[in-house]
Formats: sequence, C-alpha cells, structure tokens
Amino acid sequence: MSVTTVQAETSQCLFEFLHMEIVSQLQQEAGPDKKGEVQQRLESLGHRVGESLVERTSRDHPRFKNELDAVVFMCKQFWVTAFNKNIDNLKTNHQDTYVLHDNAFRLLQHLSEGNQYREEAQTYLSFACGLLTGALSNVGIKCQVTAEVTKMPACTFQVKVLL
Amino acid sequence: MSRQGRPQDTRKVSGELFSLTYGALVAQLVRDYEKDEEVNQQLDKMGYNIGVRLIEDFFARSQQGRCHDFAQAADVLTKVGFKMFLGVVPTVANWSAKGDEFSLILDQNPLVDFVELPETHQGLLYSNIICGVIRGALEMVQLEVKVWFVQDQLRGSDSTEIRVKFLKKLEDAVPAGED
Repeated sequence: MSVTTVQAETSQCLFEFLHMEIVSQLQQEAGPDKKGEVQQRLESLGHRVGESLVERTSRDHPRFKNELDAVVFMCKQFWVTAFNKNIDNLKTNHQDTYVLHDNAFRLLQHLSEGNQYREEAQTYLSFACGLLTGALSNVGIKCQVTAEVTKMPACTFQVKVLL
Repeated sequence: MSRQGRPQDTRKVSGELFSLTYGALVAQLVRDYEKDEEVNQQLDKMGYNIGVRLIEDFFARSQQGRCHDFAQAADVLTKVGFKMFLGVVPTVANWSAKGDEFSLILDQNPLVDFVELPETHQGLLYSNIICGVIRGALEMVQLEVKVWFVQDQLRGSDSTEIRVKFLKKLEDAVPAGED
C-alpha cells in the first residue's frame, strides 16, 4: 500500500471512531426512546459537514451539466473523499428520484452482520443522509434523503429532489 | 483548472472529513453546554473512549513492540502514533528533571485547519479531544498519565503545547479467583 492510501485509511478509521462517539454521546444526551431526535441531530451535523466538504472536493471540477451529473459526482469523488469508496450502483427514474446503493457502507462495518441490530443500524445512516443533503443543496439541488439498511453492511440512500 | 496530483488531494481532503466533523461536533457541544469547561470535559471523555479503541488499530498497523521506558513511549507516541493518525510529528521537549513529564509541541494541528475561536469562548480548549485520546490509548498499555493543554495557538500562543505526566504503571488486574 502506498503512503497515501495508508493515510486515507487511518484518517478514515479516526473518523469512524469519532462518529461512533458522536452517536453514543447524542444517545446519552437524548435518553432512551428518542431515536428520532438523535437521528435528526446527526443529520443536521452531517448536513453542515457535507456543505463544506463538497466545496473542497468540487473545487477543480467543471460546472455540473445537469442534475444527474451532480448526483454522479456525489457517488464518485464525493463518496470517495468521505468514505474511501464509490457508491456501487446508482438508479434513477429520470424524474426526481435517485437510489444510491452502497454494498459495504463504511459506518456499518463495525456492527454485527446479523439482523439483531438492524434497528440500531438505521441511526448510523443518518449522518450520511445529512452529508448528501448538505452537499447537494450547496450545488443547488434541494432534496430529501432517506436511507435503509438492505442487508448488513449494505444500504441504500434514496434522494428525492424537491422542486 | 488542473486535475493533476489527485491522490495527494484525496489524502488531504479525506482528513478534512474528520476535521470538519470534529468542528461540527464542537460547535454543537458549545451550543448544548453552558460552560466552556463542560465542553472541554466532554471532549476529553470522548477522546478517552476513542483512544481505548484506537490503540488496537495502532498495533495492527504498526507492529510496534514493547517500550522499555517512558522516554521511548514518548518517542513512539509522536513518531509513530501522531504520524499515523494525524500525519504530523510533534516535538518532544521540556522533560522534567525526574523524567516523568514531557511536552508535545505541535507546529501544525490538522484539527484546527478551519477554526477561529470567537471572543466569547476563550476558555474553550478546542483540541482537547487529543488529550483524551492519549490518555485512553496509554491506559491500554498500562500507563496511567495525566494530559493537559499548556498553550494553544488558537488562543493566541506561539505554539500548541500539550503536557503529559506519568502517574503510575498499571498492573494487569487479574479477575478474582483466576489466580
């Protein structure tokens, strides 16, 4: 492995640990049965980070030709910067919905693979939902993002563009 | 408009996700807690939890052997640990006469790349999480230490200085009845 990939790997793992701590901190603060509140706060945290991160990543990128072009950028460069890998599959209905498949989402990889913690796993997707809304809103696309665990550690993000 | 040097860029930017997320976290804590001291404490606690886990990762990546004294531990902490995770190597300086206390001088702190402290939060130790991480990680190798910020560039000092004090060597605790 080259120096650069090693560095990317370690800062990635530092980020994963930090994210874990943020989740547990928010959970403790909110108390039990406040999953919605925790997820919302994670999302707004992610939104803020996504807004700034997209500015850094897209700095040398030519202007996006259209909405699809911007979404493709999020699946590639943006996702690589954030999670060290591409989105594995992108589907769209060519109207207002994009579905992003990540077959091995980084933030789910520390969780057990069974179905036991599937409910909990949902919380670990909120930050990334926020990253996407933040990044897309900063390139002029207002959207709603929902996420779902398909089979651990795979998940999908559904981006619905708001008009 | 150039796209040369991409790998270098990605490396820089991927560390930025960490710094940005950390920044968002601190901003949130500042809103949630009334006093800067409480935020500092919370950051230290979170750092401790990270350090406890990070040490495993450190050993997996570094194949580092056992250290024989505190000076060597300081050396490994900076040249291997800091370099691996933050990409910077702090200088070890200001050893106490007894050799149980030293300072880490950071010329560059990747956590504060985008940060400016507002006037109203002069008590905030923005990078306090680092202290927690060091404390947590060293505890896992049986070293109990006290770690604190002496000065911080963010608060107008010339350099960032973190002090590490050796308290005691922890003995492996054997569970009762296992002897």
